[in-house]
Amino acid sequence: MATRRKIVLERRDVVARILRDRGTALVVPGLGAPTWDCAAAGDHPLTFQMWGAMGGTAMIALGLALAQPERRVIALPGDGDMLMGIGSLATIGTQGPPNIVVAVIDNERYGETGMQETHTARGVDLEGIARASGFRKTATVYNAKELEAAMPLVYKTKGPVFVNIKVTTNPVPNILPPRDGAWLKHRFRQALLGDKAFE
Amino acid sequence: MSQKSSAPAWPRGIYDVLSAQRVRQVAYVPDAGHSELIRLCQATPEMSSISLTTEEEGISMLAGAWLGGERGVLLMQSSGVGNCINLFGMVQECRFPLLMLVTMRGQWGEFNPWQVWMGSETRPVLERCGVVCYDVDEPERVVETVAAASSLVFNAYRAVAVLIGQRVIGSKNFMK
Repeated sequence: MATRRKIVLERRDVVARILRDRGTALVVPGLGAPTWDCAAAGDHPLTFQMWGAMGGTAMIALGLALAQPERRVIALPGDGDMLMGIGSLATIGTQGPPNIVVAVIDNERYGETGMQETHTARGVDLEGIARASGFRKTATVYNAKELEAAMPLVYKTKGPVFVNIKVTTNPVPNILPPRDGAWLKHRFRQALLGDKAFE
Repeated sequence: MSQKSSAPAWPRGIYDVLSAQRVRQVAYVPDAGHSELIRLCQATPEMSSISLTTEEEGISMLAGAWLGGERGVLLMQSSGVGNCINLFGMVQECRFPLLMLVTMRGQWGEFNPWQVWMGSETRPVLERCGVVCYDVDEPERVVETVAAASSLVFNAYRAVAVLIGQRVIGSKNFMK
């Protein structure tokens, strides 16, 4: 069980800060709020917005990281998504690709369904699970200073990297990205692979 | 690699099809019927062999592989199909190609009653989820069936499962 501290970070600020430095990185936000957070920070063809597939975010990032070893691949699941796919931390940890980052946007709630508490609100330590699963570098972030300190982990440190970022439950404006799955897939592949996307 | 004369040829044949199709990510939850194929893939440096904690991880992983320009395959036994259902929603919505090689339990000469229900529901469940199913019950037809499925997946961008019958694999008997 984790030591708990006061949660002060706002999710939109956190995601915008991470994406500010994205460069050539590939980004996979999870179903719900992380997808809206990425939309608020600015839609991008190399962000694969998830409108479903809860529990699958980190594993999509793994397939992508293995296929694109020269690129940084950043999964941004919420805590509910991460808990649903908790076994994927063991799969990623044992596979060990150096270019994958799993950064959980953890508000300790199921945000789309009425803000019910998740297990992280009751002390489950996602960073501890990731560390024990073989992630090379891990951190838990509670404030802006720690978020800045985690940026080299997100973009430079040899992975697999896991960062759990605690964010408030304060309401944010609804900003929705495009939602047609086939189109999002084609857009992503065309931006990444060019004409080879349609061979 | 040494091979006993009694060992079936089809796992090697599947491996050759996957190699020719440039499959690079091999995700699996093990089944005895896939053990030889898994060994062959693990011994191939160009292929990543990924052991999963649950089959649904493989659906997401292969979606990620396709987004990144690589082809993959998911190996499982029939009991794992039920674990994938929610993720098939993403496969259909995004029209991700998906190749699944499913070794059947609960069929020909099954000993374990707990395998029978999912075994008999595997095909209807997959079809309800929009996955094309190819059955194969004769060892000499396994390779051509996997080749045909691979073409439908990677050339026609469809989700296809090859259901390799228990008659091909042989049934397990704990009573021996």
